Amino acid sequence: MSNPDHQPAPSLYAAREPIFPKRVSGRFRNLKWIIMILTLGVYYITPWIRWDRGPNLPDQAVLVDLANRRFFFFWIEIWPHEFYFIAGLLIMAGLGLFLFTSALGRVWCGYTCPQTVWTDLFILVERWIEGDRNARLRLHRQEKMDFRKFRLRMTKYATWFLIALATGGAWVFYFTDAPTLLGNLFTLQAHPAAYTTILILTATTFVFGGFAREQICIYACPWPRIQAAMMDEDTITVAYREWRGEPRGKHRKAEGAENLGDCIDCMACVNVCPVGIDIRDGQQLECITCALCIDACDDMMAKIGKPRGLIDYMALSDETAERAGENPRSIWKHILRPRTMLYTALWSLVGIGLIFALFVRPDIEMTVAPVRNPTFVTLSDGSIRNTYDVRLLNKHGEDRPFRMTVAGDPALRIQLEGSPYETVTVPADTTFLQRVYVIAPPSADAANSERTEFRFWVEDITNGERAYTDTIFNGREN
Amino acid sequence: MSKQPTTSGKKQEVETTGHSWDGIEEYNNPLPRWWLWTFYATIVWAVLYTIAYPAWPGIKEATPGLLGWSTRANVAADIAAVEEANAAINERLASVELTAIADDPELNTYAIQAGGAVFRSWCAQCHGSGAAGVQAAGYPNLLDDAWLWGGTIEDIHYTVAHGIRNEDDPDARYSEMPAYGEIFSEEEIVQVVNYVQQMSGQTPNDAAAAEAGAELFEYNCAACHGENGQGDPFQGAPNLTDAIWLYGGDYDTLMTTVTQARFGVMPAMGGAELSEAEIRAVATYVHQLGGGQ
Repeated sequence: MSNPDHQPAPSLYAAREPIFPKRVSGRFRNLKWIIMILTLGVYYITPWIRWDRGPNLPDQAVLVDLANRRFFFFWIEIWPHEFYFIAGLLIMAGLGLFLFTSALGRVWCGYTCPQTVWTDLFILVERWIEGDRNARLRLHRQEKMDFRKFRLRMTKYATWFLIALATGGAWVFYFTDAPTLLGNLFTLQAHPAAYTTILILTATTFVFGGFAREQICIYACPWPRIQAAMMDEDTITVAYREWRGEPRGKHRKAEGAENLGDCIDCMACVNVCPVGIDIRDGQQLECITCALCIDACDDMMAKIGKPRGLIDYMALSDETAERAGENPRSIWKHILRPRTMLYTALWSLVGIGLIFALFVRPDIEMTVAPVRNPTFVTLSDGSIRNTYDVRLLNKHGEDRPFRMTVAGDPALRIQLEGSPYETVTVPADTTFLQRVYVIAPPSADAANSERTEFRFWVEDITNGERAYTDTIFNGREN
Repeated sequence: MSKQPTTSGKKQEVETTGHSWDGIEEYNNPLPRWWLWTFYATIVWAVLYTIAYPAWPGIKEATPGLLGWSTRANVAADIAAVEEANAAINERLASVELTAIADDPELNTYAIQAGGAVFRSWCAQCHGSGAAGVQAAGYPNLLDDAWLWGGTIEDIHYTVAHGIRNEDDPDARYSEMPAYGEIFSEEEIVQVVNYVQQMSGQTPNDAAAAEAGAELFEYNCAACHGENGQGDPFQGAPNLTDAIWLYGGDYDTLMTTVTQARFGVMPAMGGAELSEAEIRAVATYVHQLGGGQ
């Protein structure tokens, strides 16, 4: 099919240039360590926190109980029809992300994104086992797979794999009782879905953290493309003070060195970069603003006796101002601007709404479905009976006795299917379907008019909590 | 890419198809290799598929395919699996005391669900999907508290199993109201009908006739319908004093009923039609519809 004379087209794809970030220390590196410990700690430990909810409910503090369609978060329990709480939290997360991005640029990417955190951890492991940048570079260039290289590689992969396994393993604990599942996992009695999930997440963690790394951010993640919409010249981001650094030059003692800027072209900022860019080239799509280049450059500036901050967090408008010899504006002036205030307002609005909804949501709920086949039944004494399927929701951790009454027409009488009483016990944390008959005596208005409105009341007889639903009584057809 | 002009540049080395529309020519680029192989793979797949699965239409039926796959067989297997899964509870349902079903929550729930399915398949044709019967047409409403042949679970079970006035089951419930058109004179029928109107709480068309009908009723009707017209569930004789009429309680309908009599038939569901467990399930279902005694 292909033309043999046709010249081979240039490859459409370039192979990835491996990146060997150098070890760095400094204020932002320390901040990143702390955030890594916090985020990973929260992720691994949360499923193991216990929370006593009584004998009928799970005692796991955070549990997504898909089988029983419940979401437990400490003292909060969410039923499926209350999913708007989750939706609201997601909206808040989105608005929060907008707020932080417009104020501080890609802080999410640089400090807290799981891809960044786990890649950071994987690079740390890589450095511990194979050595720092130069040692890793040597190992990479060594073509012969001798015993040492094999041993180092295998140790690294094994450690990565264990981290990946722990990552995938921790995920499933959020969905069922963690101690039970852990036992079942080891005795091979856990559900296949648990093993499959662990397998998939182990594989993705291993590949994404070990090999794909910055390619996820550059090629796979949509967020870098979207967030440009939230950033402007007031956004605090990582930038190079070109006016101060240029012209760069290594040879400080050479002729004409007095014309050189502060940048000594030591490549420290490039060597520590986990995405393999040169921040001195300006703003770039690849930059996740992890700030490691700031640490590396500050370190170097200290060594050569220059002030820190050749590479620094700054607003792009300040870069222009500084270049013109003006003083930069205060950081708060950059952060407090209409856009960030709008995001904060929206975020707070949703948050306040959710908290309000959380406190006013009822403990008892009831839905009433009138049976319409047939709409009414004539009884032998001439009474008219209507039937209703009543669903009672008991959101408490214990069984509750509910008494049902009707109001609106004193002639109406209530009767529960299968029970001589007007009280029904609804088991803990369940929805209970009760068929209810409402009867109007032959001479009552309700029996003889086409439609009569009335109200169902349900009351917890132990504490008097009540709920009601309005519905219709169908009388004799005229 | 967009920097290159469309019709010039390096790509000119590729031949064009010779077509030209408004000066726009079409390159004759080779197909991508992955595309070609995918195309070949789909052809191979299609051939293998028609061998493995039912595919080629014949005169009577399609080729069955080597795997023997068929939707009918799948449905049959699914049904068999469900029946096997329910075998234990069906056996229990068929063997316990009828009155004990309601006290066993698991059995009761199962019986109501299974009975509902049986009802919709076998009973709904006459009694309606909501079990409300057909008013004034002789198909009884099963939701109310009036029962021609009794409304206990045992009564309902017997009625379902053996039916009413059918010729297939010798144990079917049986009674027959005589057609009084052959026994009474026209005037006597009018008198009885007026009396029944009075007895059921309606205003009779002719009070004098109603009075005269009392004696006729006592000698001819009370044996089955009772002295006060309250009916007799052992003979399937309806209560004439309540608000419920199987065929209608107005004057014209009563005239027809007394003159021609009524003979409602229900088929026996036992034996070939339904298993004992199914009969018990549907009896339980009917019993809890609101009128069970």
